[in-house]
Amino acid sequence: MLWHFWIAFAAFFAALLLGEWQMYIRSPLRDWIGNPELYYRSVTAHGSAMGYVFPTLVAMGFGYAIVELSLKQALIGKRWAWAGLGLVVLGTVTAMAPVSMGLASVLYTFYPPLIGNAFYYIGIVLVVVGSWIWVALMSVNLHAWRKAHPGGVVPLPMFANVAGAYLWAWTSLGAAIELLFQIIPVALGLRQTIDAGLARVFFSWTLHAIVYFWLMPAYIAFYTLVPRAIGGRLYSDTMARLSFILFLVFSMPIGVHHLFQDPQVGSGVKFMHAVFTGLVSVPTLLTIFTITASVEIAGRLRGGTGVLGWVKRLPWHNPMMLAVAFSFILLGFGGAGGLINMSYQLDFAVHNTQWITGHFHLIFGGAIVIMYFALAYDLWPHLTGRALKNGRAMRWQLWLWFVGMIVLTFPWHVVGIMGMPRRMAYFDYSDPAVAPQAITVIITFIGGLLLVVSGLLFLLVLARGHRAEQINLPEFTFSQTVHAERTPLALNGYGLWLALMIGLSVVNYGYPISQLIALPQTSVPAVPIGSQP
Amino acid sequence: MEADVHTSAVRAERRWALIVGGIIVFLTGMVVYMSLHWAAMPPLRMETIDPATLHLSGEFVESNLGSAREADGSVTVRLLGSQYAFTPQCVLVPRDTPVLIRGTSSDVMHGFSVSDTNVNVMLAPGYISQFRTRFARAGEHVMPCHEFCGIGHAAMWARVKVVEPEEFDRAAANGRANCVKR
Ligand SMILES: [Cu+2]
Repeated sequence: MLWHFWIAFAAFFAALLLGEWQMYIRSPLRDWIGNPELYYRSVTAHGSAMGYVFPTLVAMGFGYAIVELSLKQALIGKRWAWAGLGLVVLGTVTAMAPVSMGLASVLYTFYPPLIGNAFYYIGIVLVVVGSWIWVALMSVNLHAWRKAHPGGVVPLPMFANVAGAYLWAWTSLGAAIELLFQIIPVALGLRQTIDAGLARVFFSWTLHAIVYFWLMPAYIAFYTLVPRAIGGRLYSDTMARLSFILFLVFSMPIGVHHLFQDPQVGSGVKFMHAVFTGLVSVPTLLTIFTITASVEIAGRLRGGTGVLGWVKRLPWHNPMMLAVAFSFILLGFGGAGGLINMSYQLDFAVHNTQWITGHFHLIFGGAIVIMYFALAYDLWPHLTGRALKNGRAMRWQLWLWFVGMIVLTFPWHVVGIMGMPRRMAYFDYSDPAVAPQAITVIITFIGGLLLVVSGLLFLLVLARGHRAEQINLPEFTFSQTVHAERTPLALNGYGLWLALMIGLSVVNYGYPISQLIALPQTSVPAVPIGSQP
Repeated sequence: MEADVHTSAVRAERRWALIVGGIIVFLTGMVVYMSLHWAAMPPLRMETIDPATLHLSGEFVESNLGSAREADGSVTVRLLGSQYAFTPQCVLVPRDTPVLIRGTSSDVMHGFSVSDTNVNVMLAPGYISQFRTRFARAGEHVMPCHEFCGIGHAAMWARVKVVEPEEFDRAAANGRANCVKR
């Protein structure tokens, strides 16, 4: 588990540095580097590492920890777990080699008919296959536990963890089909044409739901770690299960909202996906209610009274408390942005602008990564057997990340509305139409600096944890609920929900996909990256 | 006491559920209303075109690109995205006139948007994108390619010039008009 986390955080830090370099390069602070290819190379590496490698490893490591800590059973299939980790590492190296050589600057969403070096795509497939081993192990371990505890209620952390694993298995299928059947044959030279429109539909299947996969460890931490860590109780176990189930069902059939401005999908499908996108905000809004209620319980247990008096009594010196507060604030801004993106006329105004970059950095970099930090701080003593005691450093680190994220993303929202496109290697700030945007890029660069300092501090805290004194740890516990609840049978298993998940995605994706496959002559010549027109 | 706390929590829960439901219904309702009332729609139909023969015949041959007045008084703009430029590089349109934009790509994915307007659409090779709009004020807009299309992507900017209808008709007198400086 420690290996998963360390490799994850190393990839995270490398990608963080690349991100900051990109902000520097595009800001008016320096002259243009001369070769825009370097910029796209860096964006490809930043996005691939942050999007595919880092969260996948965190989810895997946390999942294994949950099996041992919540089911209280030794992980079945340790060898397979090592094989999975090996595949992820091998895949990362395989993918990053051509990227660093400039042979696959296709960014992280692949952009067919642009085609990069085949090893980039093969590497990504290996990462995904490695994560599928984890999915299988989660299922196997749950089954073993069920056999040993007939009729038992699956502990909430494991229930959520397996929901996340199934979500990922189904979600990653879209991009896997795109890579295996469309892109890799072309990248290997077996085929010369590709249906770019269809490829984008397959990718959208993965593209949105992958965010919910990243979200899972953060949400598991909200429900099962936060209330315990701040001395409170979980308000409702049933609500928690319901939220995870709703994510499972509604994550997939909404991805076409990324294709609102694409010509290959009809408006009926687009409208349907917009409505389902609205529905997927429900589990998040449920979570905000339940966790706020749980936090309020902690405040009241500590003697807080009145409408808001409990807020003052909360243990603000506790890193977990800070993390959940920051995470909620950033999630609030990011989520509001998400509802705007979903509304498909408003989307015209922001589609593919810096607004979108701002939106998903708030959700991923803000709400999610902050909880990854908190999760690592919480688990570290149990993984190393040593105390993690620099509370001050942790608080500084979280504050820096929070402020940095706001300084980074708010200017992006502003210029996004002004129409600044994303994914640009440079801007001509001497153009009067672009000049007013220059200052925002500098502010964003400063936000990035804060994030780099925070990331470094995070690694330092964890590293120091390895040399701290050994301690006798109390048994690891997850949050207790306010009162014992009877778990409805439907919320103790997945059968019904998996059927709904698959059924809904087949309905929502089956139609556009079969329509596109039936359309003749939609394949277009592939364009190798870097080729001269 | 315990029961009291419980009922107030249930009440809070119900209030929250109403707010949540309300937001979603409101937003969805707005989408429906705007679609029907303003006819504000993203690309609707799937229309295909072979990018390999684009230049040779049909709607997107070079002499047919740019803006033209239709019989019903509206204006149709045809444009092409390719690595790394739009054709035409400057689009001329009249003020306060219904404009239909039809575009496609000759190679990879491109995106075009017009600053300070809602014009924003992807150009996909093999498919034609269509978009209806209207420009309220005369003036100039920038029109960057917003989808990564290769190394030269950041240099792919064009312009849109909105002029008075009379001026547009003078420029479009012999069929197609654009504002590319010769
Ligand atoms: Cu472009």
